[in-house]
Amino acid sequence: MLTDEEIKFLEEKALAVRRHIIRMIYTAQSGHPGGSLSATDILVTLYFKYLKHRWAEPNWSERDRFVLSKGHGVPALYAVLAECGYFPKEELLTLRKINSRLQGHPDARKLPGIEASTGSLGQGLSVACGMALAGKIDKKDYRVYALIGDGESESGQIWEAAMTAHHYKLDNLTVFLDRNNLQIDGCTENIMCLEPLSTKWEAAGWHVLEINGHNYREIGYAIEESWTVKEKPTMIIAKTIKGKGVSFMENNVSFHGKPPTKEEAERAMKELGDTL
Amino acid sequence: MNWKKESVRDAYGKTLVELGKERKEIVVLDADLSSSTKTSLFARAFPDRFFNVGIAEQNLMSLAAGFAYSGKIPFASTFAVFATGRAYDQVRQSICYPNLKVRIVATHSGLTVGGDGASHQMCEDIGLMRSMPNIAIFSPCDAPQTREIIKSVVDYPGPVYVRLVRQDLPTLTEGMDFRIGEAQVLADGNDITLIATGSMVSTAILAASELKNQGISVRVINLHTIKPIDLKTIVRCARETQGIVTVEEHTVTTGLGAAVAEVVSEHCPTFVMRVGVPDTFGESGEPDALLEKYGLNVETIVRKAKSILEVKK
Repeated sequence: MLTDEEIKFLEEKALAVRRHIIRMIYTAQSGHPGGSLSATDILVTLYFKYLKHRWAEPNWSERDRFVLSKGHGVPALYAVLAECGYFPKEELLTLRKINSRLQGHPDARKLPGIEASTGSLGQGLSVACGMALAGKIDKKDYRVYALIGDGESESGQIWEAAMTAHHYKLDNLTVFLDRNNLQIDGCTENIMCLEPLSTKWEAAGWHVLEINGHNYREIGYAIEESWTVKEKPTMIIAKTIKGKGVSFMENNVSFHGKPPTKEEAERAMKELGDTL
Repeated sequence: MNWKKESVRDAYGKTLVELGKERKEIVVLDADLSSSTKTSLFARAFPDRFFNVGIAEQNLMSLAAGFAYSGKIPFASTFAVFATGRAYDQVRQSICYPNLKVRIVATHSGLTVGGDGASHQMCEDIGLMRSMPNIAIFSPCDAPQTREIIKSVVDYPGPVYVRLVRQDLPTLTEGMDFRIGEAQVLADGNDITLIATGSMVSTAILAASELKNQGISVRVINLHTIKPIDLKTIVRCARETQGIVTVEEHTVTTGLGAAVAEVVSEHCPTFVMRVGVPDTFGESGEPDALLEKYGLNVETIVRKAKSILEVKK
């Protein structure tokens, strides 16, 4: 369970991560602010509280794995990894630039701490299932975590992986669904209706939880509950706000894949209590 | 010729079992075709290391990637049409981009799938796989070579695609040395070179003997490794003979013929005539009847070889 002190620490880290996200995407003048900001609190809670990992030993064999299946949210992951110490924070501003280790979508071969190359939506959950299966047959204690998008859940492979995780009773797998309700072309329910999401995942044989994806205590409870579930994978449907933390980006679909202008970036940083 | 025939699929399945005894990190995945791909033999021997993912080839490839990230050596098998067509994006993004040690062994490639028809006759797989960075591509001509390739690729430092056919193939390379990336010279000659791969190597040998009867000296090359391609041997053949005929059970637009033509045109321009599946879909039929109808036979090879010599005269 998270203490008040720990929650305060996570809030500080999340603020730092959101500032990085704005600076990175503004500097790159390309990238996905909306889905990075919606996933920030989940990633911060995982990496600064629950994930077993060692920044100085990224390939530690007993580490928990985290797969960012919605690869376009990677600015949030880069910022979290840099805050953890995996690489210098100064490198964050090389995002999407030539010769950078910080590719537009995660590249496991370039940057320590990235567990899987993702970007083509729908594949990361299967990769995570493969890692979880490998952990099972090796009788390892590590857990596998993954984050998928709600728009991403429209792709068929997500449901292939859903069946696999159920069939092989992957109780070492905890998955977050970043339910921010928006995808590039608009509201998910108008593009391709996803609801009832929790019913679908329950029918697929998963242990399903619904939480507020910006409430650290709820995120923490959900992760801890997933540890106790036997013979079933856990799906945590995290209700989030796309663009969370920057008022004019919140629930604004135009910031799915669009960088802020200088004026917008300055406003955003001011809201986040800093300057560009 | 009186060749002994053997199933390359059986050779694959049995070799997997042999390897599985020693190499505990090998896991095998299949998508509801294990009795056809013969991974069922591994499933029986090592049920804890076999994963049937159902009819879900995209999942199959990304799962294999997850195993490879975790230090396993996954062999992923299904029919060629699904492994390279249905799951192209997963092979590209999940496997080749991060350069993972996944071994994709696909069976039922080419026209000789037979009765299933065009929907299952994958004649574009070499082209699809060849255009991707990092992956190595193998096309064994018989059962002994299948065993050699499967054993050799276990520790290959990147992704691998092995192309097998449904049909039993004549044994041609028993006892021969095998090295990844080194083409085999099956017959020597100075007039013309036949470069063949996979199921068509035996047809090339028959064509060579027919040409020899007509007084033409023929070199026969078995190009079992399509990528990385044996540039040295191909260029030497281009230099030392009048021209090259390529022979493959694959579309001529992107397969072995295209690959050889690319090498030759850059390094030693000469005639390259391609024998293979024309730019068209196949159809249902007996395997031999299909090969005849689409011109994958001795007659076509002989005609193309002689046409080069005519022009060169």
